[in-house]
Amino acid sequence: MASRALYSPRHPMLKKRDDFEDILEERRRSSDLRYALRCYTPTLYKGLVPCKASMLKNIVLQSDHLQYVIKQVSSESGDSAECVAEEASLILDEMAHRLQLSTVRFFAFTLSKAFKRLFRSVCVNEEGIQRLQQAVQEHPVVLLPSHRSYMDFLMMSYLLYMYDLPLPVIAAGMDFMSMKFIGEMLRMSGAFFIRRSFGGDKLYWAVFSEYVKTMLRNGYAPIEFFLEGTRSRTCKSLTPKTGLLNIVMEPFFKGELFDVNLVPVSISYERILEESLYACELLGVPKPKESTSGLLKARRVLSEDYGSMHVYFGHPVSVRSLAEGKINRSQYNLLPRHIPQKPRIDTHEFLNEAAFRLVRIQEENMVLKPWVLIATLLLQNPDGLDLSSLTEQTDWLRHLALAFGAFLDWPDHETCSEVISSSLALHRHLLSVSAGNVQLSVTDAPQVETTPEEAVFHRAVIVLSCASYRNQILHVFLRPALLAVAMQSANSNRKDDIYNCFNFLRNMFSNEFILCPGDSVQDFEEACYLLMKRGVLQVLEQEIVMSASGHSTLTFLCSVLDPFLQGYQVVCRYLCEETNENLTEREFIPAVRNFTLNLILAGRLKCYEALSSDLQKNALAALLRLKAVRKVKVGDQVTLKVNKIAVNSLEDTLGGKIPTQKPILARL
Amino acid sequence: MASNSSSTAQQRLRIIAGHLQKRPGDENTSVAAHECKAETPRSNPSSSVTPVPKRRQEIMKWNGWGYSDSRFLYNKKGQAEFTGKRYRLSGLILPSLKDWMEGTFGATLQHKSPATPTLNLSAVAPPNLNEPFIEDLKAAAVALSHDPEDRVFRAHGHCLHEIFALREGKIGRVPDMVVWPTCHSDVEKIVELACKHNVCLIPYGGGTSVSSALECPHEETRSIVSLDTSQMNRILWIDDKNLTAHVEAGIIGQDLERQLNDRGYCTGHEPDSMEFSSLGGWVATRASGMKKNVYGNIEDLVVHIKMVTPRGVIEKSCLGPRMSTGPDIHHFIMGSEGTLGVVTEVTMKIRPIPEYQKYGSVVFPNFQQGVACLREVARQRCAPASIRLMDNEQFQFGHALKPQVSSIFTSFLDGLKKFYITKFKGFDPHHLCVATLLFEGDRGRVLQHEKQVYDIAAKFGGLAAGEDNGQRGYMLTFVIAYLRDLGMDYYVIGESFETSVPWDRVLDLCRNVKERIVRECKERGVQFPPLSTCRVTQTYDAGACVYFYFAFNYRGLSDPVHVYEQVEHAAREEILANGGSLSHHHGVGKLRKEWMKESVSSVGLGMLKSVKEYVDPQNIFGNRNLL
Repeated sequence: MASRALYSPRHPMLKKRDDFEDILEERRRSSDLRYALRCYTPTLYKGLVPCKASMLKNIVLQSDHLQYVIKQVSSESGDSAECVAEEASLILDEMAHRLQLSTVRFFAFTLSKAFKRLFRSVCVNEEGIQRLQQAVQEHPVVLLPSHRSYMDFLMMSYLLYMYDLPLPVIAAGMDFMSMKFIGEMLRMSGAFFIRRSFGGDKLYWAVFSEYVKTMLRNGYAPIEFFLEGTRSRTCKSLTPKTGLLNIVMEPFFKGELFDVNLVPVSISYERILEESLYACELLGVPKPKESTSGLLKARRVLSEDYGSMHVYFGHPVSVRSLAEGKINRSQYNLLPRHIPQKPRIDTHEFLNEAAFRLVRIQEENMVLKPWVLIATLLLQNPDGLDLSSLTEQTDWLRHLALAFGAFLDWPDHETCSEVISSSLALHRHLLSVSAGNVQLSVTDAPQVETTPEEAVFHRAVIVLSCASYRNQILHVFLRPALLAVAMQSANSNRKDDIYNCFNFLRNMFSNEFILCPGDSVQDFEEACYLLMKRGVLQVLEQEIVMSASGHSTLTFLCSVLDPFLQGYQVVCRYLCEETNENLTEREFIPAVRNFTLNLILAGRLKCYEALSSDLQKNALAALLRLKAVRKVKVGDQVTLKVNKIAVNSLEDTLGGKIPTQKPILARL
Repeated sequence: MASNSSSTAQQRLRIIAGHLQKRPGDENTSVAAHECKAETPRSNPSSSVTPVPKRRQEIMKWNGWGYSDSRFLYNKKGQAEFTGKRYRLSGLILPSLKDWMEGTFGATLQHKSPATPTLNLSAVAPPNLNEPFIEDLKAAAVALSHDPEDRVFRAHGHCLHEIFALREGKIGRVPDMVVWPTCHSDVEKIVELACKHNVCLIPYGGGTSVSSALECPHEETRSIVSLDTSQMNRILWIDDKNLTAHVEAGIIGQDLERQLNDRGYCTGHEPDSMEFSSLGGWVATRASGMKKNVYGNIEDLVVHIKMVTPRGVIEKSCLGPRMSTGPDIHHFIMGSEGTLGVVTEVTMKIRPIPEYQKYGSVVFPNFQQGVACLREVARQRCAPASIRLMDNEQFQFGHALKPQVSSIFTSFLDGLKKFYITKFKGFDPHHLCVATLLFEGDRGRVLQHEKQVYDIAAKFGGLAAGEDNGQRGYMLTFVIAYLRDLGMDYYVIGESFETSVPWDRVLDLCRNVKERIVRECKERGVQFPPLSTCRVTQTYDAGACVYFYFAFNYRGLSDPVHVYEQVEHAAREEILANGGSLSHHHGVGKLRKEWMKESVSSVGLGMLKSVKEYVDPQNIFGNRNLL
């Protein structure tokens, strides 16, 4: 199984991880200007077809694929082929990057300055860089960084320039283009812009896919894009998109390239620049439109301390070995290759599976800071913890996390309380420390009179900001936590009952977390293995039994998932109680938010995370997937039809009220 | 009646004698083609009488390619040399071959892997004879033998694993007996008796198969009889009005061509194996000839086929050039690989010997340009009799086979040419590749044609590189099989395989297959980089035939043949994944059987099986090829 090769079962403690180098150290010692102007001679792909950015456009416009689509569109729409070709050319102008070394040098200079202000250190695994250097020469490379901040792609290009690697071309959302000057600067540093949605636009899709493929086939530059499609506002990995992945894999499927190397990159921040911005967005304060002036205002951020940043370049994943035994390439034999072809169902499944695996690799390689552990504990104790028990529990959690394979960057030569106090200092704007009691709270002096609603929102911003750190470690605890909740709600020690519960939860939360479709048995076994190894459980032939010492771990794991369980229940309850027959999709989020807010105000709900629009959207997606809610298109509006019985029973099950309906037991 | 036939026979004899006497004198003038054909053995009057003896081992190697007297070896000075007198290269020193072998494979003179010198007869299992069958055969006066040498000789083709095993002295299952029919009715008798006594028949023509087609199936428990067609080698008649010849199917290519040449004709069918392969073998495997652009492949050349099957004789009732009588029954026969019966007689098209023949070559800056040029030539349908494009590795290989130059002047000229191409024209010696050309026809048209092709080539950056390079290119195909034996003396094993592929996929397929080979070798622990090279050997309207050579130094491997087979398997998978066919002309045999269903669909395979079921329900023709 290729998936095995890609994602070997974890042996957490044994896994050797690469060492990091702080790249800012060198920058702090020598001239940034000289650095920006130094001789840049990147390692090149062995099959490189040398070609200028301007020639690229011609190659794309003349390509058989695009010519074919132009003719097709022209005959369908009745416009002349010249007219359609002109349109294609405009699309390409709007899209194309204009990579220029001088702009890159400008960025190298300014970013050096900025990064030194913002970060204490930027750590990169140099072994990963060496692997990338190798990979770049052999086959065209696709870089797949995680996406948590605008910083991500600036940092990527900066690093590649620094290590004499070819500069990537980056698929960026169109919204950047509206930032007048910056948009053009980004374009000249290798960004190309794609519209956020172009569903049925054949011509757009053809121009776009041909543009990417041409660069890949010619080995023009590494292609960089974000599997998650957009920045994750919650710091949880998002369900990956497969469109671009298909585009970069197709040249291999069709034999145009011998192989393509996919390089997952995990970028983690000790403190995220957009932290409170994201929280506001999740609470429905609309996202400020990207604008240059907005960015200038954001200069304030430059004066703050964002701690350290880690970039981990993962092992290159060969598309050829991924696809071995899964994709029959001869399926492309009977159609000329320039004629666009929708991926078949099996190809689609493959893409989806590959995308999930790649995101999991990103998660696995994400460096976690001690603060992530502290945030987890503080969220579970809304009334605060005194410093000594926080220290004790953090230390306990640290060992648990390590045992589960977390990639934790814990300072070697400091005591636990030193580590904690420096973490607290870095994130002091989320906390209040008084009389040895540490508590999440609004630190800015409460301005004048605030309404109860405003107070809730202020509190929610803090909670969601904090949750974005806890979320970074969720992937470590996720499977054991699902098992813990399943054991709690199964009311039985029987393995298959627990598995059914586990499977139900896993299914329910598969929009919320990265859970590879079809891996449920594997996940279950992994959870059992981890908890067994930790001495929490005994897994017998037919039963799973908690050991005497396991109680605290299980309680902790249950609380990890608690906000999500509660949040989903709130969404369910809302849908059951909502009387509007014609609830539109657009009204859904504000309405749930209102409903939740009222529950909190009434003191019936303590879970502020339920206010997160991300959680609400995911819950809706899950309900749609489970067919408890249907979308009905009426005119321009999409309305939601709720099957109240089904939703109600899901809510009950989430609350652990009735045992799960038995789905057919897969294989255990 | 009798006197009539005897007088025609005498007349024929006189004519033949006349040809024989005339030949030495006008060899240079009458057939320009002959002078150029470095590859065909020099004519030897006696050989036209009994071209292939029953005891093949008298003139041919038992564990290698071709004639016993012709082989590559390193002489006492450590220089490579080609022995014998048959070929243009014979008796010449090849000064750069040794360096090429060392540079390409890391194969040095110190590391020798010699073959077992003689066949160990005791290793041959005693024959499993069907006595009643033998009795009946003897009564029918059919020549037969169960001499171990005869049997071993007919138990293999020229796949790497077959030759490797022989060199190691390993003998597997061999036929229990060899029979030599001399005419169609002999074959009818043999097949009838085989059915009666339930013995397994495996037809044997030239023995040049590279698809494990001649291997005796291990699961076969009956007596296996090799039916050697070599003694059915006469041209039965020639029809000048319709330009056809009726020929017995056991005749081998060079004899057929020589005998037709004597009468002013040729078939124009020249597969690379034509020195040894037989007409019947061509039909049974759907062979392709180098000059198919002028003369066509075997399916275009054949007018009528007679085949003996267990059900009886299959043939058409007339010699009409084309028929609409349902699916062409010839297409059940062509490519049947000996699973349905024995082809005994074939009527095929012949042509007058072309007046003029000219070689040529074009150097391209890289392979892509070369392929683009061939594609354009095919588009304009102006391909010369033969056009082949070698990649850079093969170009260098060709250079390694340059004989010692006799004069300083020639070597000076060579140097000048090289300078012109690499320095003046800026071709990178590690990327340039060469197309070899062969034009045929009347002089005026050849020259005109030549110009047309060179003009197209020029558009793709091609430079004319002389006749000599072209000729050497064609010679390469004939001696490469001998060269493999030299390689095997020094730890190098290799083989060729082929495919056909649509034009737009040629480049991708070539690159991917070559890279796959390199990668698989590395993964399987081959210590030295392999030779992985290809050429485009035929052009068609809708695609091309691509031919790969693959070889590596196996020092340090415990089971080199297994590694070789795994790599070849992977390469074939890669070909299929890149839109290439299972085979262009080598056939399927047993080597590529596993992909038949995928290649022709299960219904297609079922159709073929049902034909086999009807024609040969007892599986008398039990070589188990193809299906």
